[in-house]
Amino acid sequence: MTPSNPTYQYVGKSVLRNEGRNKVTGRAVYVDDIATPGALYAKTIRSTVACGRIKDIQFGPGIPWDEFTVVDVRDIPHNVVELIKADQPVLCDGVVRHREEPILLIAHPDKGMVENAAREIKITYEVEPAILEIGPGAVQTEYLIVEGDVDAAFASSDIVFEETYQTGSQEHVYIEPNGFIAEWQGDRIVLHGSLQCPYYVVKAVKMCFGIEEKQVEVIQETTGGGFGGKEEFPNVVALHAALLAKKSGKPVRLIYDRQEDMACSTKRHPSVSRVKIGVSRDGVLKALDFDFQIDAGAYVTLSPVVLSRGVLHAGGCYRWPAARIRGRSFTTNSPPYGAFRGFGAPQSLFATECAINAVADRLGMDPAEFRRKNFLHKGDKMPTGQVLDVEPNLDAMLDRVIAMSGWAEKRASMKKGSGRGVGLATILHGTGFTGSGEVYLQSRVALAGRADGKVDILVGSTEIGQGTETIFRQIAAEALRLPMEQVEFHKIRTSAVPNSGPTVASRTCSVVGRLVQRAAEQMFEKLDGKSVAEYVKANGSLRTETQFEPRPGLKWDDATYKGSAYGAYSWMCNVAEVQVDPVTATPKVETIFATVDIGTLINPTLAYGQVEGGVAQAVGWATSEKVTLRDGVMANCQMTNYIIPTSVDAPDIQLEFMPTPDPFGAFGAKGVGEMPMDGPAPAVTAAIGHAINKTISAIPATPEDLIS
Amino acid sequence: MTTNITFQLNGREKTVQAHPMARLLDVLRQDCSLTGTKEGCGEGECGACTVIIDGRAVMSCMVPVCQVHGSKVESIEGLESMGADGQTCLHLIQEAFIKCGGAQCGICTPGMIMAAVAYLRQPESAPGGVAEALEGNLCRCTGYTRIFESVKTAIDRMKTGANQSR
Ligand code: FES
Ligand code: FES
Repeated sequence: MTPSNPTYQYVGKSVLRNEGRNKVTGRAVYVDDIATPGALYAKTIRSTVACGRIKDIQFGPGIPWDEFTVVDVRDIPHNVVELIKADQPVLCDGVVRHREEPILLIAHPDKGMVENAAREIKITYEVEPAILEIGPGAVQTEYLIVEGDVDAAFASSDIVFEETYQTGSQEHVYIEPNGFIAEWQGDRIVLHGSLQCPYYVVKAVKMCFGIEEKQVEVIQETTGGGFGGKEEFPNVVALHAALLAKKSGKPVRLIYDRQEDMACSTKRHPSVSRVKIGVSRDGVLKALDFDFQIDAGAYVTLSPVVLSRGVLHAGGCYRWPAARIRGRSFTTNSPPYGAFRGFGAPQSLFATECAINAVADRLGMDPAEFRRKNFLHKGDKMPTGQVLDVEPNLDAMLDRVIAMSGWAEKRASMKKGSGRGVGLATILHGTGFTGSGEVYLQSRVALAGRADGKVDILVGSTEIGQGTETIFRQIAAEALRLPMEQVEFHKIRTSAVPNSGPTVASRTCSVVGRLVQRAAEQMFEKLDGKSVAEYVKANGSLRTETQFEPRPGLKWDDATYKGSAYGAYSWMCNVAEVQVDPVTATPKVETIFATVDIGTLINPTLAYGQVEGGVAQAVGWATSEKVTLRDGVMANCQMTNYIIPTSVDAPDIQLEFMPTPDPFGAFGAKGVGEMPMDGPAPAVTAAIGHAINKTISAIPATPEDLIS
Repeated sequence: MTTNITFQLNGREKTVQAHPMARLLDVLRQDCSLTGTKEGCGEGECGACTVIIDGRAVMSCMVPVCQVHGSKVESIEGLESMGADGQTCLHLIQEAFIKCGGAQCGICTPGMIMAAVAYLRQPESAPGGVAEALEGNLCRCTGYTRIFESVKTAIDRMKTGANQSR
């Protein structure tokens, strides 16, 4: 079922997780597990209004304030959280732009004292009206992609379909909340944290304090889930901890509790998509007009890139003779939205897939047959003008998922409105950074041989549960033709590893893994038959380094948004089977069937785990995970009332991998982690719609929403 | 206001001096330096803090330490046993989690494993099976498929007479 090249020793094998033993014994050390004698406990004091100006700050009586370290905006050398745009202050600069905006930082050796003191700080505001929805606020970023004569194509269409779709926000709910421990050692800062992107933190701290890169050491502790939530947000936590540590001269622990984490941290961007589709009577797509809008929140963070990925995926896996795709992000007074698995693509693909299902319905065609008529094939042009240079194999993937799921029989037997339904969604996901992003990143990795004959993998790519450590060891050992025991992956400290780019965008295995593979191949050649120990003994050291090189022929123009958006695409066909309780209207997603092309499976067990986990998150987003915003803040910021799938309500997940290897990915691997977030939500939505005979155009489709 | 509280911790008697209302979770993590038990929510919802008290899986963030006076408490650190060769050896559920991919980021894993152990010892505690037994333990990484497989693998191995079912 999962073909693996028989000549490979490790690639394609379900090698056991590198750090598995530590994780099952409780020995793995997460940031909150580190003992820090003499450290201060820290707390962030946040705004209680969404928009306004700070009038006054009072430190209440009865608290020994002289025992506290208090950091305010005046203590910050350069008050900017460095990311894409220098607009977000480390602490509020007097103008409050969202609820839960950090205003003060306090720390004390006694944790209980910190909590009490926090309650005694009274901040008064001059409140201004807040903008809390997409539309009225300023447009932050805008993209427009046009291919072909769109108006003419609509004019020549037999049927023109129009609908608006909405997706709600989503909280990551990594089970380990955000946290950092900061300590200055002279003029050097050491930061231990839960994070995805160590070099993002380095850059933010360096810029804020105006220090050299070598003065910042970021150490990634075992990280209890990220899903994008620990991509850019940890910058803020790290800066806060570092500021308190600087002022107090002591180590500082800044570990969020669940409620604070949920209320203040980034979440998935809510979206509104206006979709217009022109189609011929016999079911051939003619034209697409897609207006994609997202709520960026109060600061830019990563919204331009999220918007970009949403726009670039809006065309889905279909051939459009003409397409116009417009994307806009809006500044609001919500806490900034940020990276979350899929990064804009789940939002736009939700709309695309819902619309495709609706158009099939309108035509009276089976949604599978309708798709088959319009799938992308090798040589077809996508809306950015990218010509597909490999056959996506979608027909076979669709055939297979239809057979696996019993699609035809189930559709025939489950009458509309019967309380049972099946739904389909077919999607693609681009591997790695958008457009020229990978070129800008210039990711580097290194391998170093040791005198004891072992080889160290030196990367800044983090293990966040997805399997980086294991997969990189497999790739390196394979290319070095060494036993895996001789290839090691160590805890990441930025002083010891090159910057191999952020651990995001489904790029680790495929893109960074490729660099590991090349470095290992170079080392193999360098060794020229000698053992690592012999070589090191003879030459003093053994090291190879590789840097990202764009694949030949890949061109992308940021100015026109034309060219090859991504070097490779992964593909997935999803069928959802649901049951809706006739009394409570509670949807139960019973099974997600899917065929999946992620190229070569480096490690099948890990690949299954990634896809299954993503599917469960997507089902949660579609059905139960509702971020209820009240006055600009998540009102249900507890696990009690923000409902992620449990072992009882998670669907049964039936997967089959159908790999089309990418010659430029590590041993043929393509992106894995994000794609499973894209397809299940529209498939589930279609299935629920079928079950209750109703058109659903917004998620989450909670029972309350389905009844109303 | 602290008091002495004595309980059996992972098979050994342990006395701690703590505020009677201190959370068992904090006592384990701080006073006993057993950080394998995790805090995911502090409000009894995620199960990351699950330990076994007198045979039952319990969320230690919801238990004031005074309540375990005289009880038997087991945490993840107590699952391994000492083999004849002096090496620690894993409980078969731990082995199964490694083999089947039941742990990804690992933060839910200790709690998940303790809940699974309680279930393995007393399957009648969850007539609905593994899914029901683990309902109080949230995992955001796996979608649970591989966790179920891990528990089932452990059950099979117990049936075929693997040694350390305890
Ligand atoms: S920490 Fe105890 S249930 Fe979440
Ligand atoms: S493995 Fe990450 S939460 Fe379960």
